[in-house]
Parts: sequence; structure tokens; C-alpha cells
Amino acid sequence: MIVRFASIESLFYLAALIAIIASLKVVTQKNTVHALLYLVVSLLAVAVCFYLMGAPFAAGLEVIVYAGAILVLFVFAIMMFGLKNDETKYAPQSKGLTIWLGPCVLAVLLLVALLFSFDSADIQQQLNATVISSKEVGILLYGPYLLAVEIASFLLLAGLVAGYHYAKPDAQGGHL
Amino acid sequence: MPEMIWKLVEISIIIALLIPMAAMLVWVERRMIGIWQDRLGPNRVGPFGILQSFADLLKILGKEDWIPPFSEKLVFTLAPIIGAVCVLMSFAVIPFAPDIGVSDLNIGLLFFLAMASLAVYSVVLAGWASNSKYALLGGMRAAAQTVSYEVFMGLSVMGVVILSGSFNLREVVLAQSEGWFIQSQFIGCFVFLVAGIAESHRLPFDLPEAETELTAGFHTEYSGLKFALFFLGEYLGVTLISAMSVVLFFGGWLMPAPLDTWLPAIVWFIVKIAFFILFFILLRTSLPRPRFDQLLAFGWLVMLPLALFNLLATAALKLMEVL
Repeated sequence: MIVRFASIESLFYLAALIAIIASLKVVTQKNTVHALLYLVVSLLAVAVCFYLMGAPFAAGLEVIVYAGAILVLFVFAIMMFGLKNDETKYAPQSKGLTIWLGPCVLAVLLLVALLFSFDSADIQQQLNATVISSKEVGILLYGPYLLAVEIASFLLLAGLVAGYHYAKPDAQGGHL
Repeated sequence: MPEMIWKLVEISIIIALLIPMAAMLVWVERRMIGIWQDRLGPNRVGPFGILQSFADLLKILGKEDWIPPFSEKLVFTLAPIIGAVCVLMSFAVIPFAPDIGVSDLNIGLLFFLAMASLAVYSVVLAGWASNSKYALLGGMRAAAQTVSYEVFMGLSVMGVVILSGSFNLREVVLAQSEGWFIQSQFIGCFVFLVAGIAESHRLPFDLPEAETELTAGFHTEYSGLKFALFFLGEYLGVTLISAMSVVLFFGGWLMPAPLDTWLPAIVWFIVKIAFFILFFILLRTSLPRPRFDQLLAFGWLVMLPLALFNLLATAALKLMEVL
């Protein structure tokens, strides 16, 4: 409701800016839990972007699946390790700038590709595009993209079987 | 512009009613448990002890708001705020009455599920930032419990989505004008209620704060206002789960023909919510707490098959046009 009154564009750029800053913080933080929290913020900001671009279903799933489930498990795992004092010892930041070279080249390539795509499809047009309902997403997923859904489900099933294998007690009653 | 101001007024009124109501629930709960256990409960402050929450609030404001020196200060302070804010945000999509409600979000149900899954950060981060063994164990239990029960909660409401054909909660309520969804979704409703108790970590599923084994679990190190925020979040959570059950399965503000003219729609909605809140309190008084592995096994071995069966059966009956 309030969104209608504030300019949608400025909200979009604000959310995008938050996403970029938070993502930068993710890779520069030395404290693992803080880095994960910035990742959560980044994902939430991306969800806002999705919503403003007329994809509310994608926005909802982004929050539920990524921020609400996967990253909770990440935080859970990091908490279990109890990393306290050894965080700087293994942090790659201390090894100088050479280690950043590869990721930087890849990121710049991605940026160039993104800029080209922006050139053809005006972001303004994207923001004014029609809202895609969850029904349309469902029809597309189980219509033209059925094969992709099935492949993804194979992958998940494989993960499930592997997880079961690791958690299964062995002959001595212990775990793998 | 006047519309926007009107909206802000509406939001302020809803928040201004919800927070004192959550505080009053503390008294209602203690008093009702007292009555059900054949004792009096708090009955000294004001008539019937009705001002007990006010006295509690004064006391809690007078307490020193202590942040342990060994804790992670920023995260320690943020954790209770995240919890209360996430629950309050969920109320934005609740349709209280035909023309009362903050937002008719087209993904209202997903928004509720998203906020419920974000609320777990409050407990997990509180456990981690406290930097104490009890709190950490409580936080880890909360993470495992919430992530598991979130799955069944999401699956259990999908039957409602199939029947109403919408994620918009107002449309879900309007789709029940012919008959409440509880008629066909009783399995879904059961799974939703159990998962709701687990999500708001209330007894009998309050393993993250089980005081017999973990002192106070994730909020062991909290005091004063921050502790009050956790409490506020918990009681708002109970209200939220009750409101969602009413909206999804018991027709929201709708009532059958002769009854609906007796009281305004909003009053019927509040009456139904009150019924569910009392039901949650009764569960708390009557059920023992399970062991943690029993809790998770019950979830994956009983709730998941039940929720999946409900989803399949609803979809099949809908396709055969029985429902």
C-alpha cells in the first residue's frame, strides 16, 4: 500500500544498494557468523528487488528457502564448530591481494555481461512489467520447464540418499 | 496522501492493541492454569489480578539491563528485536474483518511462512551470542526444531491453497463463505496446530528453553527489557498462530447464517482467536514435554506423512471435483 506512494524505482535501487553492500561485507568479514548474517541481509534485499520487479512468488520463496532454511542450517553448522580464535589464522585476507585476482576477473566478466543485458532490456521497462502470479509460475514449471524440475528433483533425491547413508548406523552401531 | 496517513493510523492502532494484549495474555495464562490446576493463580493486583501484567512490566523495567561481558554485544542486542519484529510483521497480512487489515498481499500466506522462518534467527542468534553452554544448546535445539516443523507447516497449509486457489489470506477467508475449510482439512489443521506450537516453542514443545535441563535455554543470559521482548515475541506468536488457524481453517471473520448478525465480524474473529489461545494454554497445562529426539522423530515419522497424505488426498479430490 505504502509502496504505491513512494517511488518504486527509488525503493528498488535502495534495496539493490543494500544487497551489494551486504554482499561485499560477506566476503570481507572475518567473523563467520557475521558474514552469514550479512548474507541473510543480502538475500532479503534481493527478495525485495524480486518483489518490486513483479515476481512476488520468487520473492517469497527466496526468503523462505534461502534466508529461512538454508542459511539457518549454515548458521547451525558454524555454531556447532564454535570457531572463536582461529578465524584470522586461516582467513585468506592475510595472504595478500593475489588471491583476489581470479574472483575479480570472473566478477568483472559477469558485470560486463550484465551491462550488455541492461543495454537491451531497459530496467525501467522491467520495473513496470506486469506482476507474475504464483499460478503462472506453477503452470510454467510443470509445463515447458518440466524437465528442469525433474532433473532438480533427481539431484535432491540423490542428496537425500547420500544423507541417509551418512547418518545410518554401521555394524558396530556407530555413525560414519 | 490521506489514504497513506489512514493506513499508518490503522497500523498504529493494530500494534497499539496487539502489544498490551500480548502482555495481558501472561496474566490470562497464569490465571487459567491456576484455575485448571485447582488453585487461584495471581489474584492480588487489581480486580481478579487483572493488573498483574502491569506490575510485572514495572518490575521488569526497573531491572538492570545487563549485557554479559563475554557475549557478542551487537548480535546479543539484535536477537530479541528480530524475534518480536518478525512476529509483528506477520500480523500485516492477517485480514481481521471485511475492511480491517494492513495489507492484502497477494502472497500473504508465503509472507507469513517467510516471517515464521526468519523468526528462528532470533533464538539461534541469542543462543550463539550469549556465549554460554546452556544458551548454545537451546539455540541449536531451536534451529533443528524450527527447520523441521517449518516443512510440515508449509505442507499442511497447501491443502487450503488448493481449495481456495490463492495465497491471498483475504481471498482464503472469502472462499470459505460456503463452509469452513476445517470440514475437509482436519488433518491439515491438526498438523498446522502442532507445527505452530513447535514454531512458537511453547510447551509441550519448548525444548529450546526447557528449564529442567537447560536453565532457561536460549534466553539464560537475558534480563530486563530484552528478556521482556522475548516474552512479548512468544505471546504474540501464540496469538499469531491462533489467528492463522482461524483464517485458514475456521472461516476468519465469517460465521454461519443466523450467528453472523449477532456480533460484528471483528468480534467474531477475536472470539475465535481467544478460543484457540485458551486451547494452547490448556495444552500447556495438560501435556508433558517429550525428549528432543522424540520430538524430531515424531515430526519426520508422523507429521510429514500426514501432511503429504493430506496434500495428495486434497489434490485428488479437487481434481475429481468432490471438494
